[in-house]
Amino acid sequence: MLEVRNVRKSFGSLVAVDDVSFAVEPGKLTGLLGPNGAGKTTTVSMIAGLARPEKGSVLVSGKALSGDTDPLKRKIGLVPQDLALYDELSARDNLRYFGALYGLSGQALERAMHAALTLVGLADRAGDRVKTFSGGMKRRLNLAAGLLHDPEILLLDEPTVGVDPQSRNAIFDNLEELKRRGKALLYTTHYMEEVERLADRIVIIDHGKVVADDTLAGLYAGVTPGGAKSLESVFLTLTGRSLRD
Amino acid sequence: MALTAFLAMVRKDLRLFLSDRRAVIVAFAVPIFIGAFIGAITGGSTREGRPKVNVALADQDGGAVSQAIVDGARADDNLNVTVTSEADARDRVEKGTIAVGVIIPRGFGDGSTRALREQGGTRPELAIVYDPSRTIEVGLVQGVMTQHIMQAVARAAGVPRQQLPFGVSTAALTAKNAPYAGYNSYAHSFAGMGIQFLLFSALNLGIEMLVERERGLWSRLRSAPISRFTIVGGKIASMTIISLMTLLVSFGFAMIAFKVRIAGSLAGFLAVSIACSMMAAGFGLLIAALGNSPKTARGVSTLASLVMVMLGGAWVPTFVFPKWMQQVTLVVPVRWAVDGLDATTWRGLGLSSAVMPTVILLAFAALFTAISLARFRWEEA
Repeated sequence: MLEVRNVRKSFGSLVAVDDVSFAVEPGKLTGLLGPNGAGKTTTVSMIAGLARPEKGSVLVSGKALSGDTDPLKRKIGLVPQDLALYDELSARDNLRYFGALYGLSGQALERAMHAALTLVGLADRAGDRVKTFSGGMKRRLNLAAGLLHDPEILLLDEPTVGVDPQSRNAIFDNLEELKRRGKALLYTTHYMEEVERLADRIVIIDHGKVVADDTLAGLYAGVTPGGAKSLESVFLTLTGRSLRD
Repeated sequence: MALTAFLAMVRKDLRLFLSDRRAVIVAFAVPIFIGAFIGAITGGSTREGRPKVNVALADQDGGAVSQAIVDGARADDNLNVTVTSEADARDRVEKGTIAVGVIIPRGFGDGSTRALREQGGTRPELAIVYDPSRTIEVGLVQGVMTQHIMQAVARAAGVPRQQLPFGVSTAALTAKNAPYAGYNSYAHSFAGMGIQFLLFSALNLGIEMLVERERGLWSRLRSAPISRFTIVGGKIASMTIISLMTLLVSFGFAMIAFKVRIAGSLAGFLAVSIACSMMAAGFGLLIAALGNSPKTARGVSTLASLVMVMLGGAWVPTFVFPKWMQQVTLVVPVRWAVDGLDATTWRGLGLSSAVMPTVILLAFAALFTAISLARFRWEEA
């Protein structure tokens, strides 16, 4: 479904991403982990079409993504780390705007909005301004905005930052449902327990390079054989304990 | 799909603008308030009569001649006379509540009549005191008072009234055949304030683009399959519409409340207004392209806007500028906007007077947009 092949991106003399490759399959969630500054966000940006790779390519259904107006971008949904919503507008008006960016209008847009709001449990608050929402509700609406055009691939950049356990659990339920619907999910986070719970495959990058790409069981067996069985210990073994400020 | 996205972007920006009470007040109410204030203190409308100079007149003489002088001054169209004591006249001038004080000393009538008859001897002295910040008015008062004194003294002395060997006709000149033409300071002040605040509206929208970038909204927009042309076009369209609304609401109020009229070409007025709004939109885009953060961009762009409106004659007409500054300010877009609006409103000029301002404002709009596109950070990482 989604294949990242040997992508590289630098900013001046800083190489942010170097020869990164991995794949995300339909109905599966791939966790993308890495310390601060490892290159996760730059990688997600290249997949979403926000930044152009200097080398390599991003393949969607086997075809390389190219250009701002590439129709392949319709197959990708982005859920940014920031709450990318207009507080002064209602949830419905936010979704109406984001849907129109993908060419949705009329009944198709209304149906898509209803489906997305129902999935995240906000259908009864559709007419309320976003500024009246709690942090968890905003996170769920942020997810709904990424799902509106029914993408086959969903890029989730730390989608649970700052939410309470109830909202986090609701988001996890949404993601499980999306997996069941056959969506390919790429999930970046610093919360190891989230990846342990949700991920079918885990990619760990550090200093712009992939240092591991395996299932959770594969990582346990390969990285810490006979040692502690936690993703955090695997992560620290691979990326070191030095601070990354 | 591009049209759907384009319209959605414009609709969203308009909704956000109208939902922001502070932005609406700044865009609509503040220019009306300031425009009305500046219009009132800079002369009002000529159709309401020429502005008069306030004069405090103290008659210490109390004779028939001085009374005739006072009566003449009170009847004069150029003066608004308050008859008072010498002490009060001086006090008012010192405090700046009146521009000029005229004191007719004791014995002025007899002394001046005698001096006229004998053509010599001691001449009595009329005292004129004035506020040093109002030197233009004192010259006018001196001339008007001389006229009335000569008439009164000549009559008392039995000297035939002196006639000037020529007549003078004065006419406020605006476009011929324009029924509503005539200087109305509100037309200029509302044009100036309308332009200032349409620039502020565009500036705010430019800063909003920086806020959108900070909040990840720009990432969402850029991840959609939309061309850069559509994104920039949508932003320019919404900025132009909001800027134009700011100007037209301001002018509409001036037309209702202060009898401002588009005495010249309506098409010219609309052309200048739209071109000015597009220039402002380009300016807003420039802020979004060059600004690092909303906070720093706001300070610098507000200063730039104020300098533009000051040099462009939005606060005071450029004809009061020194000659060299009048030439220099031709490179300021606001100057062309103000001149174009003045031409099509109170000057009553035709469409041709709006052509050059419109072309130059569109050129500025294109320049600002081109620089913005060249400097815009399209990539997010």
